[in-house]
Amino acid sequence: MQLFPCPFCGPRDETEFHYGGDAGNVRPDGADVPIERWADYLYLRGNPKGTAREIWVHMSCGEFFVMERDTVKHEVLSSTALGGEHAA
Amino acid sequence: MTRRYSALSLFKEGLAGQTGWKQAWRSPEPKPSYDAIVIGGGGHGLATAYYLAKNHGIARVAVLEKGWIGGGNTGRNTTVVRSNYYYPESVELYGLAHRLYEGLSKDLNYNVMLSQRGMVNLCHSTAEMEVGARTVNAMQINGIDAELFSPEDVRRVAPIYNFSPDARFPVFGGIWQGRAGTARHDAVAWGYARAASRLGVDIIQNCEITDFVIEGGRCRGVQTTRGAIRADRIGMAVAGHSSVLAAKAGFRLPINSYALQACVSEPVKPILDTVVLSPGTGVYVSQSDKGEIVIGGGLDRIPSYAQRGNLPTLETVIAGLLEMFPIFGQLKLMRQWAGIVDVVPDSSPIIGESPLPNLFLNCGWGTGGFKAIPAGGTLLANLLATGRHNDISRPFDLDRFASGRLIDEAAGSGIAH
Amino acid sequence: MTASRLTTGGSAIDRSRPIRFSFDGTNVEGFAGDTIASALMANDIAVVGRSFKYHRPRGIWGAGVEEPNALVDVGGPRATPNTRATTEPARDGLVAKSVNATPSALADRNAFLDRFSRFIPAAFYYKTFMWPDWHMFEPRIRAMAGLGEVDKGWTSPGSADQINHHCDVLVVGAGPAGLAAAKLAAGASLSITLVDDQQKPGGSLGHRAGEIDGKPAAIWIDETIAELAAGGHLILPSTTAFGIYDHNLVGLNQRHFDGRRDTLWRVRPRQIVLATGAIERPLPFANNDLPCILSADAALAYLRRHAVLVGRRIVVATNNDSAYEVAEAVAEAGADVTLVDIRRDGMPATKARLVKGRALAAANGKLRVEGVTLDDGARLDADCVLVSGGWTPTIHLFGQAKGKLAWSEARAAFLPGDPVDGIAVAGAAAGAVSLSEVFAGSQNAVASLGQAKVVTPRSTGVEATGGIVAAWPAPGSKGRIWIDYQNDVTVKDVELAARENFVSVEHLKRYTTLGMATDQGKTSNLPGLALMAGITGRTVPEVGTTTYRPPFTPVPLASFAGARAGELMAPVRRLPLENIHRADGAVFQEYGGWLRPAHYGGRDADADRTIQDEARRARQSVALFDGSTLGKIEVIGPRAAEFVDFLYYNTMSTLKPGHCRYGFMLSENGVVFDDGVLVRLDEHRFVVSCSSSHVTAVHARLEEWRQDRFGRGAVYIHNATAEMATLTVSGPNARKLLETLDFGLSLDDAGLPHMATGHGNYGGDEVRIARVSFTGDRSYEISIRADRAEPLWAHLRQAGQAFDAVVIGLEALMILRAEKGFIVIGKDTDGTTLPHDLGVEGPRAKRRTEFVGRRSLFTEEASRDNRLQLVGLTVPQGDAPLPTGAHGIKRSGGRLRSQGFVTSSYQSPALGRPIALGLIERGAARHGEAIEIQHLGKVSTATIAAPCAFDPAGDRLHA
Repeated sequence: MQLFPCPFCGPRDETEFHYGGDAGNVRPDGADVPIERWADYLYLRGNPKGTAREIWVHMSCGEFFVMERDTVKHEVLSSTALGGEHAA
Repeated sequence: MTRRYSALSLFKEGLAGQTGWKQAWRSPEPKPSYDAIVIGGGGHGLATAYYLAKNHGIARVAVLEKGWIGGGNTGRNTTVVRSNYYYPESVELYGLAHRLYEGLSKDLNYNVMLSQRGMVNLCHSTAEMEVGARTVNAMQINGIDAELFSPEDVRRVAPIYNFSPDARFPVFGGIWQGRAGTARHDAVAWGYARAASRLGVDIIQNCEITDFVIEGGRCRGVQTTRGAIRADRIGMAVAGHSSVLAAKAGFRLPINSYALQACVSEPVKPILDTVVLSPGTGVYVSQSDKGEIVIGGGLDRIPSYAQRGNLPTLETVIAGLLEMFPIFGQLKLMRQWAGIVDVVPDSSPIIGESPLPNLFLNCGWGTGGFKAIPAGGTLLANLLATGRHNDISRPFDLDRFASGRLIDEAAGSGIAH
Repeated sequence: MTASRLTTGGSAIDRSRPIRFSFDGTNVEGFAGDTIASALMANDIAVVGRSFKYHRPRGIWGAGVEEPNALVDVGGPRATPNTRATTEPARDGLVAKSVNATPSALADRNAFLDRFSRFIPAAFYYKTFMWPDWHMFEPRIRAMAGLGEVDKGWTSPGSADQINHHCDVLVVGAGPAGLAAAKLAAGASLSITLVDDQQKPGGSLGHRAGEIDGKPAAIWIDETIAELAAGGHLILPSTTAFGIYDHNLVGLNQRHFDGRRDTLWRVRPRQIVLATGAIERPLPFANNDLPCILSADAALAYLRRHAVLVGRRIVVATNNDSAYEVAEAVAEAGADVTLVDIRRDGMPATKARLVKGRALAAANGKLRVEGVTLDDGARLDADCVLVSGGWTPTIHLFGQAKGKLAWSEARAAFLPGDPVDGIAVAGAAAGAVSLSEVFAGSQNAVASLGQAKVVTPRSTGVEATGGIVAAWPAPGSKGRIWIDYQNDVTVKDVELAARENFVSVEHLKRYTTLGMATDQGKTSNLPGLALMAGITGRTVPEVGTTTYRPPFTPVPLASFAGARAGELMAPVRRLPLENIHRADGAVFQEYGGWLRPAHYGGRDADADRTIQDEARRARQSVALFDGSTLGKIEVIGPRAAEFVDFLYYNTMSTLKPGHCRYGFMLSENGVVFDDGVLVRLDEHRFVVSCSSSHVTAVHARLEEWRQDRFGRGAVYIHNATAEMATLTVSGPNARKLLETLDFGLSLDDAGLPHMATGHGNYGGDEVRIARVSFTGDRSYEISIRADRAEPLWAHLRQAGQAFDAVVIGLEALMILRAEKGFIVIGKDTDGTTLPHDLGVEGPRAKRRTEFVGRRSLFTEEASRDNRLQLVGLTVPQGDAPLPTGAHGIKRSGGRLRSQGFVTSSYQSPALGRPIALGLIERGAARHGEAIEIQHLGKVSTATIAAPCAFDPAGDRLHA
């Protein structure tokens, strides 16, 4: 059971969280976005082995935030509200 | 030296103290170059090498394995072999694998213990039965064996299921595939390794890829912990770590890596004859020939490369198992583990040339790569040998993510999307 | 009689409480405090089980969790297959049966298999059974496999408790190291949890000599425990720490022995101290698996704890100092003892005959030891052999926590290597031998946690010494030398694996099954890999260990499941008016996670007729329906209109306040995710009505886009689904019925036209009335506070009597909506359906503003001309309804191809014929065309039609 620090609620069990995707995956708008660019946004992932920057949501409070963590050691390196407030 | 496996050779060796057996596969030093390199010594990689040699006459092939062969998901899965798929593209692919599995022990001269005791996907409601009918009809139309089971049929093949009136996941029926079953996972890897080695393939263990050799915009070989090895056709079959190698080759894949756990109980005398899957609990279960109850469930929904079990998912899975089979409440868990699986948005594999020319992909099998090993090997071998898709592999090319032609079995079979 | 109970002694047993139980049908007598194993031993029952493959007779090896042989099926209400006899308390009336033996361990009818062992070495099954086919052989092999038997008549004695627990320090193991660490940490004002897998604390001090702070060990243990208990610390005996998981969460399984299920503890300590001791290893000699060959340490435990002397003529074989204490003790208890030490310069012994520089070559005997042969050929008479091959530190938990191991030549064992954050290892687990070393280690383990106000315990007695000369199984050894007892792995099997290139330690394990038995190789792993090292010319650390995985010992599945069963595992959502519906005879079914009335009355065979009747009457006059499951998610804020425009496929910002609009929500891949009516209450306030089963997912999706794209200040989202009940009145007389109640608002077409919404009052509570229709008839959806819905429902029912109103369940509603061609997402669509497949092309063609999923509607796939499209399907007069799930088919060149499938199909009472909806290839352009339909091999014909089969002009909306 991992402990994730919600920027609003503090450390909570992993089961309260839901993974939301890569941080920084910016949505391209428009019906004429090149299809490769759209597929890239929709499907391609960095999926790093090691340090990852990800979007998570703490389902108990409903807030999305950015978490940096190590995908091998499962260490949590930082967690930041989308507005910029830091936890842990 | 005894090379061929048979009851007779085992008997003769028994008289001689079992001392005459040859190595199952050779462990040579890597050569500086090969006609083809296969990265990944799991089932898919070893099968690829075998079919390169057998089907295409290309035997100057190296299989490069970071650790020990069969040590990834090939040796960590719950050993189910089935082809109960919905879309024709999937049926072609998994049907090919299933047929090859049926002849595999004789083809490889290695008993992979394909045990076709059948598999039932349960339906817990009228709505699920309707989707079950849709799936069974699709399978029959696409030429794969399938039956729509009534509750009585389910009771016949899995009498110890929880048929009590207050069961949380009652049985309305199920999707039955009689040819489905299990195979001995390690034996599949070892059998392919032995057969490939005998055809001249070099199996190199403890050989990790550190980089790709890229010249003129094409892949020309690999740098490894055991030196540079060159080839103009390179295939990768490194389930769970596909994104890591892709990053070294300079591209991204539509893959997230997740841990998938499995566990076994202590061995008990035969009590469950078939594979049973419940969509209500997400649990699938069978009993191995050794007597262990082999239990699988859903992913740990946290991207991870740690091949390590965790409690929350395990607890959910076990609770689901006991809801399905209350009498397993007297059993004990003997061992839990995890493998890292490539999860693709449409849960179908990616087979085809990568964005780096000369480098070919066999990845994205999600939680179900084991059952596809013979097909994955055949198709990657064909790509490496010819540079071109055949009709079976073409739909699974990476280009489907831009075209939108996904092959989403969950979408087709009506599972929540 | 060789093993026997002494007339005095035994710290664990209570001679005033004799017990009696049965083993393989034989009466066994013992005392409270006995384990099954100690009682069997006291009754001189040597053969207690059979090995997995060769059905070799097996006796008790150990006295604890490492036991590979003594497994029994415990019967009765607490039936447990594969119970470890060495750790299971014996109790009066218990019925135990040896595993893998028929009819008994002593007279097993499969014992003959051992004679064929040369033909069935490790992994033999990969080399044979291929002709004619594995299926010919498998059933018999399956029948042979497995150990214990599952009791098919077993019923659950209830669920296991699960406890979450926090503490400063979790000490695993209450031997000298653990007790000292706990005492010191408690002295530093930390909260301690101390767990031990034995019923009594003390670990090795329970049977080994020791004097601490000038007191006998037993006194020191009692005092320390009393001190910890007085300090309010948690002490859990009979509790096994079975796993260390992510972020150092420790799983414990606690046993109770009083009929209760075990308890699972999830402990999150700041610091873990592993004081888990060490496990004695066997020695390699031929037939080293014979009954009456046991761990020397176990023999001492049986002697001191249970007053069982394991033999009369005992040979003690050792390569290290620790067996000397055992030899002296059993000699003192009256046995004739010969101590055979592999070392030339071992210690002196006073009460035992000492043979130095010699090893055992073989044990002799059939069903139990009758003597031994030394490596110089000398034969000794013996009825029991005690073995000490050295000690393997119990570092499983450290390994699970990804701790690196370091090889110690001096200890001939792997010890904990680089430290792991939050975990310290102390005592024998860290390689300590003497109590002085042990206590020093304990002090180190807790030093970083704070200044202890107590002094470290001091060893004041004779100190144990750790001299050892490794004695690993050697290649080329004569005879059959067992390494893994339970799984029948011998030296020859490891040699075979090496010969065949299975030299990686993981290949060795998997090929030979070494270490894969229920004991998970606690006694066999290290000897096995040391042998592989010897065969391949590598060092032991070069060969390495296999991965340590939980659980340390088998844990009941019930512990993991806890209370999660039935609805506690997967709760259903319930309607506020459920009890009212029950009183009305509703038959409930689960739909998309909600428990809802399927129909009212008419169970089983009558269900269809009842549903037909409800649907027919609904069209005749007026129907009442509880639609409370409908999603009601409020979207509020200055950018609310812009927000719903982005979330919906349809333009919603043009909607006027007080009006409703039907629309789709798409996923980013363009697929229709949900449909429903959006209500605009005012300029900045909307209510999203989504499908019952999608409420949670839609809410999550709205939140995600709100935070990701719009910001917290722009929009506010509130899920009011559970707060409001929604009662639907539908049918030609819907308005008339409602007008008999006074809501304070006009319900006519001018005041509340179709797709408008208004606010009224009922009984002092505000109600929202939306004129939307899922039946095709004039309909009003009345939403009211959930806790005030009951009087309104009763009122509607009472007022309905004058109109012959019918209360309908979901099944009738499904017919009514299907008659109209109204879809249910996930039933009439699948995970590939795009909005234009459902005939809603407008926004795709015309919208100029951005919305979720937009770009995906213009891919190659989305523009394909042979997509599956929503259609109606009709069948010839007199035919039964099409089976839902049947496929449209096309034959070409002898091959069948699916052309889509039937998604909904019913008998329509209003039309007097079957109706159906389907997704059919190019269906929208094929109305009127015939299509073959296949279901379970049978083929029929249907005609493609428009989805709407009833009142296509929509006149009834205004009737």
